[in-house]
Amino acid sequence: MSNAPVNSGRRKFLTLTTAVVGGVGAAAVAVPFVKSWSPSEKAKAAGAPVAVDISKIEPGQLIRVAWRGKPVWVVSRTQKVIDELPTHDTQLRDPDSNEAQQPGYATNSGRSLKPEIFIAVGICTHLGCSPSYLPDSFSEQVQGVESGFFCPCHGSKFDMAGRVFQGVPAPLNLVIPPHYYTSDTTILIGSDKGDA
Amino acid sequence: MLKKLVTGTLDWIDARIPMTETWNKHLAQYPTPVNFNFWYFFGSLAMLVLVNQILTGIWLTMHYNPSAALAFASVEYIMRDVPYGWLLRYMHSTGASAFFVVVYLHMFRGLIYGSYQKPRELIWIFGMLIFLVLMAEAFMGYLLPWGQMSFWGAQVIISLFGAIPIIGDDLTLWIRGDYVISGATLNRFFALHVIALPLALVALVFLHIVALHEVGSNNPDGIDIKVKKGTASAEAKGQFTFHKQYSGKKDIIDAIPFHPYFTVKDIMGVCGFLLVFCGVLFFMPEGGGYFLEAPNFEPANGLKTPSHIAPVWYYTPFYAILRAIPDKLIGVMFFGGSIVILFFLPWLDRCKVRSVRYRSWIHKANIAQFIICFIVLGVLGALPATPLLTMFAQVGTVGYFGFFIALWLYSKNEKTKPLPTRLTFK
Repeated sequence: MSNAPVNSGRRKFLTLTTAVVGGVGAAAVAVPFVKSWSPSEKAKAAGAPVAVDISKIEPGQLIRVAWRGKPVWVVSRTQKVIDELPTHDTQLRDPDSNEAQQPGYATNSGRSLKPEIFIAVGICTHLGCSPSYLPDSFSEQVQGVESGFFCPCHGSKFDMAGRVFQGVPAPLNLVIPPHYYTSDTTILIGSDKGDA
Repeated sequence: MLKKLVTGTLDWIDARIPMTETWNKHLAQYPTPVNFNFWYFFGSLAMLVLVNQILTGIWLTMHYNPSAALAFASVEYIMRDVPYGWLLRYMHSTGASAFFVVVYLHMFRGLIYGSYQKPRELIWIFGMLIFLVLMAEAFMGYLLPWGQMSFWGAQVIISLFGAIPIIGDDLTLWIRGDYVISGATLNRFFALHVIALPLALVALVFLHIVALHEVGSNNPDGIDIKVKKGTASAEAKGQFTFHKQYSGKKDIIDAIPFHPYFTVKDIMGVCGFLLVFCGVLFFMPEGGGYFLEAPNFEPANGLKTPSHIAPVWYYTPFYAILRAIPDKLIGVMFFGGSIVILFFLPWLDRCKVRSVRYRSWIHKANIAQFIICFIVLGVLGALPATPLLTMFAQVGTVGYFGFFIALWLYSKNEKTKPLPTRLTFK
């Protein structure tokens, strides 16, 4: 044992540097634990585009397909529905689709490539439920609008172009996924034309 | 001969760990106020339910299969094929609801008798942390059967984090471990539900009790049973010997040892509780669709939301607050705030008198309206949202938060009644 006087400055310095090095080590060890919660390579690879055959779709019908595990709707809009779209613009949050919830080619009045076929991710922009399609009883939700989508979880309302109404919890219009027509009756969802 | 063996063994242990010392300090010589009433059953009952959940949970884990492909079928297997599997599962699912029943009543007791006030703030904080972990525990447990309500309930609750600006979307992706709720989510929720959160829960219960025994139990009169040394009469101090940790520096009045007096009282509480618990367990294990919801008897389907989704009853008051506000971010803030504000109760109440018995009529009215709002919100949170019901929920939300604001305002100069010097029996 040495009888040298305690050098408290050196002792403080050593305590501090030991604590810092230990802290950096603990933070480094935390990285694999935190990162392991991110999507796995397998989950990332599972996002392949899906082809939908629309040759048998009836006017007014909605078909659901799964893309990346999410429901994607393909809706056949009748002429009446298309005519109804511009009539309630003043009741919507974002009637002109200014928010980037759709690819550029779907930034139009019907939010679609063709007015008679509407494609959207069927997940409410509020808390992720899948809204119900009300083809002829939507006027119970919004007066004067015959068809639309109503989210059963928290009462958000969307029109037949997936545009959100005012006064509901959902902040944004429904997402339009990237898609294009590979033929007159086949749509590829999850990919833009030219991506392939 | 036998007696010598027993005392010999005890002495041997006591020389190595403080067993008798701990027994005396926390049970046989722990001073407990004599006037504990009905409301004091629920702490020990919460411990009983915790033991039930851990025990039945371990046994369910032996038969359950935590994967998206097999989870739903393995629950059916437990219900139909495992001997007594149905009983173990119903004990666990009914236990979850019972846990919240006793914890809510336990919190109500703390609220009316001011048990959160100085010097018991940390007991309240640990208790609130227990409540928070319990909510997370129950939420993750509800995903495990992989039914429709499991799936969509988790979808909604995880999406709540998406409302946080900037990091929201990445955070939800990180929590799920996938672009949608999937097997990855199920597996991590299973791990948290059976290992991480129960460990945290047990640690917090330990701290809750350590904090309680450090300052001593409150009582329905809200007055101290520890008075200045040498001031209490022999009659007030009574016939019992308390551990020197409590009686060394203070005189203890109107108290009796926890064991055997309150262990016996709590056993009576356990009997009453088990009567009700077994009634539900054997005659209505689904709790009328409120403990186990109907859509959960259908396997999870990520393409279709059930037409009416509601959380399990114990979340509905907070859920109604979330739904009452027609804005995503503000709604989530109020939802989180409705729980966070409870943590601050010890500092929002500035009154020096603890028990509702000696507080002003305005405080009594405030507690009454708070309880009514809480129950009304709970009912509304289980019903589908209509414009009229949403309006009621908004009124309830104002009442809920109004309780805390009003409390802070009037408690500073509250007109209270004179406090007794000795405990009373009412």
